[in-house]
Amino acid sequence: MAVVAQAVRSEWTKIRSVASTVWTLSLSVVLTVALGTLLSWLANHQFANMPARERLSFDPTNISFAGMTLGQLAMIVFGVLVVSNEYSTGMIRTSLAAVPQRATFLFSKIGVATGLALAVGMVTSFTAFFLGQAMLGSHRAHLGDTGVLRAVIGGGLYMTLIAMFSMGVAAMLRSPMLSMGILMPFFFLISNILGNVDATKKIGRFLPDQAGGHIMQVVPRAGDDVPYGPWGGLGIMGLWVVAALAGGYVLLKKRDAQ
Amino acid sequence: MIEAVGLTKRYGDKTAVYNLSFQVRPGAVTGFLGPNGSGKSTTMRMILGLDNPTAGSVTIGGYPYRKLPNAARQVGALLDAKAVHGGRSARNHLLSLAQLSAIPARRVDEVLGVVGLQDVAGKRSKGFSLGMGQRLGIAAALLGDPQVLLFDEPVNGLDPEGILWVRNLMKSLAAEGRTVFVSSHLMSEMALTADHLIVIGRGQLLSDMSVTDFISANSADFARVRTPDTEPQQREKLSSALTEAGGHVLPEQDGALRVTGLPLPRISDLAHEADVRLWELSPHQASLEEAYMRMTQGAVDYRSTTDQKAGLQQPLPPGAQPPMPVPGQGQPGWYAPPPPQQGGAPFANPYGAQGAPARPYGAPQGPYNPYAAPAPAPAPAPAAESSQPASAPAAAPAAPASAPADLTKPEDAR
Repeated sequence: MAVVAQAVRSEWTKIRSVASTVWTLSLSVVLTVALGTLLSWLANHQFANMPARERLSFDPTNISFAGMTLGQLAMIVFGVLVVSNEYSTGMIRTSLAAVPQRATFLFSKIGVATGLALAVGMVTSFTAFFLGQAMLGSHRAHLGDTGVLRAVIGGGLYMTLIAMFSMGVAAMLRSPMLSMGILMPFFFLISNILGNVDATKKIGRFLPDQAGGHIMQVVPRAGDDVPYGPWGGLGIMGLWVVAALAGGYVLLKKRDAQ
Repeated sequence: MIEAVGLTKRYGDKTAVYNLSFQVRPGAVTGFLGPNGSGKSTTMRMILGLDNPTAGSVTIGGYPYRKLPNAARQVGALLDAKAVHGGRSARNHLLSLAQLSAIPARRVDEVLGVVGLQDVAGKRSKGFSLGMGQRLGIAAALLGDPQVLLFDEPVNGLDPEGILWVRNLMKSLAAEGRTVFVSSHLMSEMALTADHLIVIGRGQLLSDMSVTDFISANSADFARVRTPDTEPQQREKLSSALTEAGGHVLPEQDGALRVTGLPLPRISDLAHEADVRLWELSPHQASLEEAYMRMTQGAVDYRSTTDQKAGLQQPLPPGAQPPMPVPGQGQPGWYAPPPPQQGGAPFANPYGAQGAPARPYGAPQGPYNPYAAPAPAPAPAPAAESSQPASAPAAAPAAPASAPADLTKPEDAR
C-alpha cells in the first residue's frame, strides 16, 4: 500500500511539473464557461423567436453546458497527454524501471489525473451553470429545482469520465497524435452524427458521450425516448471508461515498454 | 548479482538476443561490449523487465525485476539519456522518481550535486545537451543508493572531464561492493574501466572473461620490420628467409612486415645473414581494440561501405593526384600504425612513400570513402583516442610491447 502512496505522490509531482497540464485544463474551463455563457445569453435574447415546441422543452440548465462540446476536447487532450507523454518522451522506460508493477504505475497515474480532472470539472460545471443562469434572466433555473443539482454535478462527472476514457485510449494506443486523431473527431463529430441520425440512433445513443450527456439534461428533449435515465446514461459511459482502462492495462502489462 | 540464463528476444522474425547466459558479480565493473545493434540495450531492457524475454530469464539477486521488492532502491539504471519529459525541470524529474521509492527530497539535491547539475536544477531538461542529459540519467541511477547499477553507454556525449568522472565513479561504486554493469561499444573505454568483459555480437555471447584474461588471450606480440622502401626485392628476400625460419609474416599496408613467432634478435640475425638492411625492427603488442574488432568482425551489422559518389565526382583536373585513401575503410583486418613519435623518420609519412597505397587483407578495390571513418593515421597523441568512434581502429595503443597493464598508462595519465 505504501508503494501506491509513493506512486501517487510521484505522479502528482509529474503532473504538476509540466506546462501542458495547466494549459489543457484552463483551456477546458475557459471554453466551457465562455461558450456556455454566450449561448445562454443568446438563448435569452432569442427566446421570444423560438418555435413553441422548443420553448416548451427549453432546458435552461442544459443550455449553460453547451460549451462542453468544445471544452471536452481540451479534456481529451489533457487525458491523452498525461498518459502518452510517457511514451513520446521515453520517460516510460525510466518510470517502469522505477515501478516494475505496471498496475501500480498506470492506476496511480490515472488516479491522480482523474482527481485533478474531477476538481477542474466540478469547478467548470458550477461556474458554467451560475454564469449561464445569470445570462438567462427570467428563464433561469435554480440549483434547488428538481434535477438541477444532479445535472450540475453530473456535468463535472461527465468531464472527468471523458478525461478517463481518453487516458484509457491513450494507454492502448501510446501515440499522442494517433489518440487525439481518433478521439477528437469522434467526440466532436462522429458520435453526434451517429447519435442523432435516425438510421444509427438506436446504437449511437449508447456511445459514451451520447449516453453520459443525458446527466446534464433536466427537461427531456421532445421526442426523446432513450431506454435509460440520467444516471443510467452516466453508468453506460462509466462502462466505456472501465473497458478503455482495462484494455490499456492489459496492453501495458503484456507489451514491451517502448 | 545479475544472472541471465538462455536469454532470447525476438522482434517479429528478427532475433535481437539469442541464448545469452552470463553472470554479473558484485564488487567489479563488468563491461558489456558489442557493435551497434548487437543486442546490448535489448539485454539491459530485459534485465529491467521493460521487455519480456521470448525465452530464458534474467534475475537480479534471484528475483525477476518485476517481482523485485522495492526495485528502485535496489537497482539504478541509466538506459537512455533522453528518456525524460523535456518540459519538466531536472529537479522535478528526479523528485518524481525519488517519491516513487520514498527517497527523501534532499537526496535529489545531493545527486544533482554529485553529477554537477545543481546550477541547472530548475531548468527544463528540453534544453539540456547530450552530456547534461547523461548526467541527469546518472543522477537518476544513483538516486536510491542502489546495490546494482546498470549504465547503457554512459559516456556518450560527455566531455573528457565527464568521461574521467564516469570512469572513476564506476570504479568507486564497484569498490564499495556494488554490482556495476556498463555497456559500451568502445573497447578502449572498457579496457580502462572494467574488470570483467562480456562481449556479444549479433545477440550471442562471444566472450565472457576478465579483462586481464581477455588481454592475454587476444593480444599477441609481434615485431614490425621495415626494409628500405627503395629496394622491394630486399623485402621479398627477408620475407622468405623469415618464413623459412618458422616465422609468420604478414605484409602491412604501408610496406612494413608484421612478424610473429620469432624473437627480435633472431629476426635481426636472419636479416644479417640474408644481407638485408633494416630501417626498422620494433616490438609491438596488438591493442585490445584490435582484438575486439577481430572478435566482432563477423558480427558487425552496420558496416560502412565505400562511397562511390556516382555522378557526384568531378573529373580530376589533368595531372592531379587522387586523394589519399582512408585507412580502415571496408578493411576489417586493417591494423593501426604506431604513433609517429615512436617510429622515427620512416613513419613520418607512412603512405606517401608508397605511391599507390597497398590494399591488403581483401580490401575492396575501387573508390574509397574519405570521410566514412575518421583517419587514425599519424595521431598526434594518444589523448584523442577516446573520442573516436568504434569503427576506427585505435590509433594510439600500438605501444611497444610490455606488461599488459601498461596499456592503460597513457590514458590514466590524463
